[in-house]
Amino acid sequence: MGGEAALLRFLLHLGDNTLVLGHRVSEWCGHAPVLEEDIALANTALDLIGQTLMWLGLAGEVEGAGRSADDLAFLRDVWEFRNLLLVEMPNGDFGRTLMRQFLFDAWQSVLLGHLLKSSEPRVAEIAEKAGKEVAYHLERSADTVVGLGDGTEESHARMQAALEYLWPYVGEMFTGDGADAALAAAGIARRPTACAPIMTPWSAVFWTRRR
Amino acid sequence: MKHEWPLWEVFIRGQHGLSHRHVGSLHAPDAEMAIKNARDVYTRRNEGVSIWVVQANHLTASSPGDKGPMFEPSQSKVYRHPTFYDIPDDAGAM
Repeated sequence: MGGEAALLRFLLHLGDNTLVLGHRVSEWCGHAPVLEEDIALANTALDLIGQTLMWLGLAGEVEGAGRSADDLAFLRDVWEFRNLLLVEMPNGDFGRTLMRQFLFDAWQSVLLGHLLKSSEPRVAEIAEKAGKEVAYHLERSADTVVGLGDGTEESHARMQAALEYLWPYVGEMFTGDGADAALAAAGIARRPTACAPIMTPWSAVFWTRRR
Repeated sequence: MKHEWPLWEVFIRGQHGLSHRHVGSLHAPDAEMAIKNARDVYTRRNEGVSIWVVQANHLTASSPGDKGPMFEPSQSKVYRHPTFYDIPDDAGAM
């Protein structure tokens, strides 16, 4: 895959992740268990849609066919989307939504850390802006996941069930596609090969509990 | 067992302000989440650079019934306002 095509595919991957997750999270607007969480989730959803605008806007520039972020978001058909399956998963209960958010935030924060050093300045610039939002998302989702896990017997059981339901979709975050080699060679982007907040403590917790 | 989260009072230092001001209240399970909730509820339009939270039951308030003895005596003490002094020009801006 050539450089431009690989970059375009990668930008669609990033923009589609935040587009789909942003819409999923926005489904909670007006339905969250408490007002404070409702506002916090809506803020997160808006941040993700804002990031989408930047990634897909750049994708349109790189493509050079005159397509805007809106064109890419709304005028492609399903098979053209490049997002992780994890972000499509139905919200389920509040605990599962927050577990999905934590898994994505942990991965995205590591990815954006790599992208800060991108040889493509437009990518590094977006990573810088999105990175601050994602650092907060991760802090919030991680705290909530731990809080619910340590909460009542019911909240613990729900969080455990959420992790078991979502875990099979985590592997995809670390599996490269055809675009990765070209992007890594050009110094534009590197996919996380491991994501400490997920892989170290969480896989340890997960696998010991499963045994 | 009480299922309601405790109430927290939120104080925010604005972009250009010098002191924290009370902006409202919210519910949260602990102090850290109260700070995060305050960030999401009260600073989404760039209202602040610093947040304080305090659990509402740790505040002690004056009683509205004591308003007379508490505040009225100071109404008639204009001499407590430092407006009766002639400031020498040499003192410059005060």
